[in-house]
Amino acid sequence: MEKLYTKDQNKTKLVKAKSETIQFLLSYSKSLNITEVDGLQFESNLN
Amino acid sequence: MVVQIEDSQLVKKYIQGDERAIEALINRHNSRLTGFIYSKVGDRELTEDIFQDTFMKVIRTLKRGAYNEEGKFLPWVMRIAHNLVIDHFRKHNRMPMYNSKESYNIFSLLGDDKLNAEKQLIKEQIDSDLLRMIKELPEDQQEVLEMRIYKDMSFKEISDNTGVSINTALGRMRYALINLRKLVEANNIVLTN
Repeated sequence: MEKLYTKDQNKTKLVKAKSETIQFLLSYSKSLNITEVDGLQFESNLN
Repeated sequence: MVVQIEDSQLVKKYIQGDERAIEALINRHNSRLTGFIYSKVGDRELTEDIFQDTFMKVIRTLKRGAYNEEGKFLPWVMRIAHNLVIDHFRKHNRMPMYNSKESYNIFSLLGDDKLNAEKQLIKEQIDSDLLRMIKELPEDQQEVLEMRIYKDMSFKEISDNTGVSINTALGRMRYALINLRKLVEANNIVLTN
């Protein structure tokens, strides 16, 4: 019996988020700063 | 033998300030979460966007100390992603529908868009509430918001005027809006007419 392998490798490629997206998230995490004043939290992004 | 640190340990480390922990968490759950989102939306670019928004929300929640340890990390992240997928579909299905039958009423499309006396009063109240809350924002955010909304300046002009980069001005605007929303929530103010 013929093997049922797909010819198009892309269709079976594991779906994963791009490394650029991961890098963006890591930079975002590093730059995000939360300060609390009188019970209110303020977000600031230190570029 | 490779010892894998549990998610809860990594979350704890991240909350304590170890940035490598979030990298480990993202990489660990990357393919599972991407696969989950892709199975719902069927589009690579959109999957990437929702993945990014999901982890931005995760990062903010963890940094704010608002993460509830009771549940498991991955199901929590999946729930956020699931809600964002629903938000996306809701936003894109919202199309104005016009009935083209005989009973079609032209006044549903045409109308006097001026505010009546009551609505005008409400608008003034909203404007004054808003101004009061803007005054509570950090000074740098207040400055950018006033220039952008009230003076209708472009971010390039704001950047030239304040001496910060366009990106910083954009960031300040974003945080001004986020903080304003928080103030609205904290003060239980209804800003609708």
